Amino acid sequence: MRPKLTLLSDEIIARILAEAYELLLKPGIKVQNEEAREMLRREGVVIDPETHVAQIPASLVQRALESVPREFYLYDYDGNPTVHYGGDSVHFDPGSSGIAMLNPETLEHDTTETEHLIRLLKVAEQIPEYDAQSTAVICHDVPREIQDSYRLYLVLLHSKKPIVTGAFTNKTVQEMIDMLALFAGSAEVARKNPRAIFDVCPAPPLIWSNFGAGNLIALAHSGIPAEIVSVPLSGAAAPVTMLGTVTQHTAECFAGIVIHQLAKPGSPIVWGGAAAIFDMRKGATPMGAVETAMLDCSYAQVAKTLNMPTHTYLGATDSKLVDAQAGLESGISAMIGALSGINMISGSGMLDFLACHSAEKLVLDAEGIAMAKRLIGGVKQHTDTLATGFYDDKINFKGGDFLKQKITMQLFREEQHLPGSVIDRDSTRAWKAAGSLDAFGRAKLRVQELLASYSRPELDPNQIERLHSYMLDLARKAGIEELPRLEEYEPA
Amino acid sequence: MSEEIEKLFKDMAQSIIDGDSDISVELAQKSIEMSVPPLDAITKGFVVGVNYIGDQFGLGEAFLPELVMAGEAMKAAVAVLEPELIKLGEAREIMGRVVLATVEGDIHEIGKTLVGTMLSASGFEVVDLGVDQPADKIIGKALEINADLIGMSALLTTTMVRQREVIEELDKEGLRPRIKVMVGGAPITRDWATKIKADGTSEDAVGAVALAKQLMGKE
Repeated sequence: MRPKLTLLSDEIIARILAEAYELLLKPGIKVQNEEAREMLRREGVVIDPETHVAQIPASLVQRALESVPREFYLYDYDGNPTVHYGGDSVHFDPGSSGIAMLNPETLEHDTTETEHLIRLLKVAEQIPEYDAQSTAVICHDVPREIQDSYRLYLVLLHSKKPIVTGAFTNKTVQEMIDMLALFAGSAEVARKNPRAIFDVCPAPPLIWSNFGAGNLIALAHSGIPAEIVSVPLSGAAAPVTMLGTVTQHTAECFAGIVIHQLAKPGSPIVWGGAAAIFDMRKGATPMGAVETAMLDCSYAQVAKTLNMPTHTYLGATDSKLVDAQAGLESGISAMIGALSGINMISGSGMLDFLACHSAEKLVLDAEGIAMAKRLIGGVKQHTDTLATGFYDDKINFKGGDFLKQKITMQLFREEQHLPGSVIDRDSTRAWKAAGSLDAFGRAKLRVQELLASYSRPELDPNQIERLHSYMLDLARKAGIEELPRLEEYEPA
Repeated sequence: MSEEIEKLFKDMAQSIIDGDSDISVELAQKSIEMSVPPLDAITKGFVVGVNYIGDQFGLGEAFLPELVMAGEAMKAAVAVLEPELIKLGEAREIMGRVVLATVEGDIHEIGKTLVGTMLSASGFEVVDLGVDQPADKIIGKALEINADLIGMSALLTTTMVRQREVIEELDKEGLRPRIKVMVGGAPITRDWATKIKADGTSEDAVGAVALAKQLMGKE
């Protein structure tokens, strides 16, 4: 039996949906994108010409919900469908769009550049708990105009996994869509076997900005999946109550799905978010708070009643270091995400309210993910009798009896997750002999091993060439002649 | 001071601490009926409450909703008393005129709005331009109202550079040190503020009030 966490009754979910429909009419949704407003107007939606507030009727939402695909896959470089959006599938990927990275030696939060993103990619590529890569940090060593497309370029060059990404403007989302098409060989292949999904954020409360709505429209037309990342903040940019926040989240998702499906019915879109409470002492948005995880579990439950694919931001911490707080917040929230059956859980590796990444944390978080996945694997019945069959004539009431059984050898790997070297189960003597390291110290060593064992994926040289020249062209338009040098792609 | 007036001042402070605009307005009206000088009502009554809640916030005993509601209650009370001040030809001492804005390309404003609330509660005259404001709009408004201070917010590292652009523009126009500049937002550090030659930065809204007072030479 697979364990599941649910926080809402059917009755409450029905009321959330009903009130979300009410919010779409009053106060309505502010739509700051002209093309989106035009599409809505054509459907008879009333829009205030001054405030751009649209009153979206339930019938339009229901029509959009009917045309949304209930499930789809992301594909790896070799064309395998490795990430399943839909049902209760659970996947994890590193958090996105960090601006700093923890320096494991100085413990400073270094401003991120190309080398930092590549380090994260190399580590995540070799950890099976990460089903997808993300465009994890911004590279500040390239001009702002290409910072989003450049991240995607680096991931395509260094990974074979599916990619969770996002654009920063309406111009660059198209460039990134084009880049994926160019790399895949055609727009058709990029659409049919999508490698990447794009996060798109509404602005709370109840706003679809020019940029957010514009991204939704471009993605819908391309057929590349979109992932709504609605970010209500309980008590500041959303009602203080969890139920109020989840209802606002529902309304923002409804409006986004309407805009997206009006642009192109049947394009894939995900019910996601990075909801958080608002910390009333620091004015911060704690990603490690249990209430944040409760909000995510709740909105995922709403999505599941609509049979929508789901996404959330969990597995992160607000701590500035990879310390005990990081471990408990990341582990607990990853566990809640997995128990909620959320299809893609982003956030691993991240510290400091999603601002800072850490390769060491990625390694440790993978153990938390493995534990969460083991938990949802559930308790299984492997044998006809539960216990009595284990006690044959050879039992002589000694502790080691069961080690001698063949079935122990056959089944222990299925019953037990075998942790990696960052989890300490040594005797004190062995632990001391290994240098008396704490989890962070062990993670540092593991990261060094992974960086050493990485080799870049075998990609078609023509694809690489196409990608290079496309990126170089964008870079030159942004005013730089050359891109940063990539170690893995230096001529031998 | 009569016992009655003393109690009134105490109640005024308490209404701010409770963040109760209905009561603060009622007490402001009552003070007019009782012919209490409006300036006294503000400085000996309501301001005491604002200062208390600010101190409590600094100590970690009060929280943002209490801070914001106190600011709102203060604003409501002052709105009642201001016409009286004008009638008397008096004015509440304006601590300074401030233009607040979130810089261009950035739409985050929770923190900035909070700073605005606290500054007006503390006697500053505040014009909040809102989000996504280009340099020329910010500077134009500052000139228009003869501002002493500009406060700029940025939540993104990609937009914090805009703070520097505004400061450079002010320098170019020769508007500093006449206009002082405060910067804030999650990624803003003291080092950043120094680097872009801002006059100061603060971690939170209460600190921003202290900084603004200090920049105005009022503390």
